[in-house]
Amino acid sequence: MEEINMNIAVLSGKGGTGKTLVSVNLAAAAKNSVYVDCDVEEPNGHLFFKPENIREEKISVKIPAVENKLCSGCRQCVDFCKFNALAYVKDKLIIFDDICHSCGGCVMLCPEKALTEKHKAIGKLQKGISGGVKVYTGILNAGEASGIPIIKNAPYVIIL
Amino acid sequence: MKIAIPADEKNMGTNVCASFGRTPWFLIYDDETKEYTFLDNSAASESGGAGIKAAQAVVDNKADVLLTPRCGENAANVLKAANIKIFKTNSISAKENLEAFAACEFPLLDEIHGGFHGHGGN
Repeated sequence: MEEINMNIAVLSGKGGTGKTLVSVNLAAAAKNSVYVDCDVEEPNGHLFFKPENIREEKISVKIPAVENKLCSGCRQCVDFCKFNALAYVKDKLIIFDDICHSCGGCVMLCPEKALTEKHKAIGKLQKGISGGVKVYTGILNAGEASGIPIIKNAPYVIIL
Repeated sequence: MKIAIPADEKNMGTNVCASFGRTPWFLIYDDETKEYTFLDNSAASESGGAGIKAAQAVVDNKADVLLTPRCGENAANVLKAANIKIFKTNSISAKENLEAFAACEFPLLDEIHGGFHGHGGN
């Protein structure tokens, strides 16, 4: 039979409609396939595949860190941040990690180079094998605001 | 001492606004000089982080005290860093709250809510 490569996305806004049922069975029926669970808040595909040889990769986002000694208090970063993740009080910069969307703009703008980027782990990507199915599972740490960085990472990891 | 209150309207007959971060105005009242100003709260139209931006404005206007019905966690952290004390309003009218505050009838706001974070997309 001719080999066909295709990407099939299974999604729905409604819970309990059978997304996992359909996608798990599609992947299993295709035999040689890759199953990517992007439901990073509660991934459950791995419960059916029971993948083996599991390897994990941490997923992190970049957030700003300040060296207060270098900060001149110009507030360019505070004014720039569209999400209001920064405040300047009593000669000190306050950074709200959970509000930051990791755009990096504040770090680029800082004329004193007082801001640098640090990595903050938000979850992980698990890779395992179940027969002919490669099983990738995105897992977001509880309490994190956004799982999108993990979902965005998933296809790149697959290519590797 | 400068007192900040979230206000629905730009006049002394105003009610206290139910929201801190998205209040249209802040009444800034100086209880020594009896002078007052209304600060336009630009944070009200922000897609996210309104509490932080509003708190920054309250700090920058050198308020010592905030009277508010509610306050979120992030805004409270900014205010705390500036040593601004937060008190819970006990009536609807801004003026009545100022009078009650002058008479020391106020409890500290000790129930900081978790904020309404997650605005502005991901």
